[in-house]
Amino acid sequence: MYINIDNVSKRFTRKGKEFTALDNVSLTIERGEFICLLGPSGCGKSTLLNAIAGFEPPTEGSITIDGLDVRKPSSRNVTIFQNYGLLPWRNVLRNVELALESRNVSRTERTSRAKKYLEMVGLGNFLDVSPHQLSGGMQQRVAIARALTAEPDIIFMDEPFGALDAITRLKLQDDILQIQRKQKKTIIFVTHDIEEAVYLADRVVVMTPNPGKVKSVMKIELGPSRDRTSEDFFRTREKIFEIFNMTQHYDIEYTI
Amino acid sequence: MSVSSIAGRARKFAGRQGKAWFFNVCSVLLLLLLWQLIIVCTDVSSALFPSPFQTWRAFLEILNNGTLFDHFISSMYRFAVGFFVSVSVAVVFGLVFGWIDWLFRLVNPVLQILRPISPIAWMPFIVLAFGIGDAPAVVIIFLAGFFPVFLSTVAGVRNIPDIYFRVSASFGVGPVEIFWKVIFPAAFPQITSGIHLALGTAWVFLVCGEMVGAQSGLGYLIIDARNNLRYDILMTDIIVIGIIGFIMDSALGKFEKFILKKWGISE
Repeated sequence: MYINIDNVSKRFTRKGKEFTALDNVSLTIERGEFICLLGPSGCGKSTLLNAIAGFEPPTEGSITIDGLDVRKPSSRNVTIFQNYGLLPWRNVLRNVELALESRNVSRTERTSRAKKYLEMVGLGNFLDVSPHQLSGGMQQRVAIARALTAEPDIIFMDEPFGALDAITRLKLQDDILQIQRKQKKTIIFVTHDIEEAVYLADRVVVMTPNPGKVKSVMKIELGPSRDRTSEDFFRTREKIFEIFNMTQHYDIEYTI
Repeated sequence: MSVSSIAGRARKFAGRQGKAWFFNVCSVLLLLLLWQLIIVCTDVSSALFPSPFQTWRAFLEILNNGTLFDHFISSMYRFAVGFFVSVSVAVVFGLVFGWIDWLFRLVNPVLQILRPISPIAWMPFIVLAFGIGDAPAVVIIFLAGFFPVFLSTVAGVRNIPDIYFRVSASFGVGPVEIFWKVIFPAAFPQITSGIHLALGTAWVFLVCGEMVGAQSGLGYLIIDARNNLRYDILMTDIIVIGIIGFIMDSALGKFEKFILKKWGISE
């Protein structure tokens, strides 16, 4: 057990009304797992991610990573955001170098590591370019390279491909899978795209809104190389569809 | 007028922008023509309202005897000192006050009361405190430049998207580092536009300040020319003040555009 989420609730007060974003969520995640938090907007998936990443601590319950309480963002973990979070006044290389600037790493070491990961994501020839001169997909690759340069234990991804066009998204999904396999990172990935979750995850955490909670956790038994058009893929996708549809009729627990 | 014809006119206008110099020249020629026309059509004394030609002669006169250059240097020296100090102080304070919310809310009401007061109104106090010479004009420029730069810096800091702070937290950027790695550069475009705004205001008030509290400078030259009934020199001086203001404003405007482009805010 690497990450332990124990009875976590998160409540906000908005305009005098109390609002439950997360209700009694418990979950354990193993090292090296690819976890997708899947659900419609308002199901608390991003809230849960922010809580695990240490950005917004929960109201109740506890979250531990490697036995240590999560209180604030740790530099051992890195978050990738939907709108990339690149600094527009820095070129691509300097953006990636940011990952190591607050650490005890020499300048040459910093540059060579940044270049290595930029090459890994296919941007070795774009070191001097400004972020705004790149397409959205390329900007997100820069953000991925930056995250990898930090050589983190866990990568948090908050709908990272949500702003990209469909074809770029498919390409980046393949890239992130490849990287995860090579680097053996633990990845927690928030998405509302069922197909994306089935394609990427070792386990999909299906969440439902009002109040946000975990509906079920599905292990995806499709092996390491997945075919989006295969029979098994469709069946797995169907199962998740069912979980969402059924919530409208009856409230049953569904676990595999 | 239909929408499409408005669009057509707008496109035509955009096409003409390449000939900016043509309009600039025409605009100036038109002014000179109008000016000469007033001289010709009215019987105003040329001692009280000089013609373009007389003004040109006065220009050559004070250019050749060095008067213009001396006053120009005095003014630019004061302007450089006052504006530099003003911008530096305003940016540093703006970064801190923009970052610490309660601090800004504490001083903002007083600032909003002080801001609409013309710096010239403080002149008697300034002269009492600093005497006559370079200091009053420098103080006036400081006051004139401070508010636009300070307020735009505060706004710039407050408008920084939350994601930059999350990224910084994610990579462990420290609380001091974050000022020059994230906060200052992220607010920089807005700081630049504040400086651009302040430049024009400060230049206007430099001339005012020198008219009241100085013994040299382009502002003082106005008073001096009036006292000597040299309205041709006065007119020359006015035009020189305008041209210098225009040149500085265009230079900073270009710099602002460059920054916006570099930051990816506009193409």
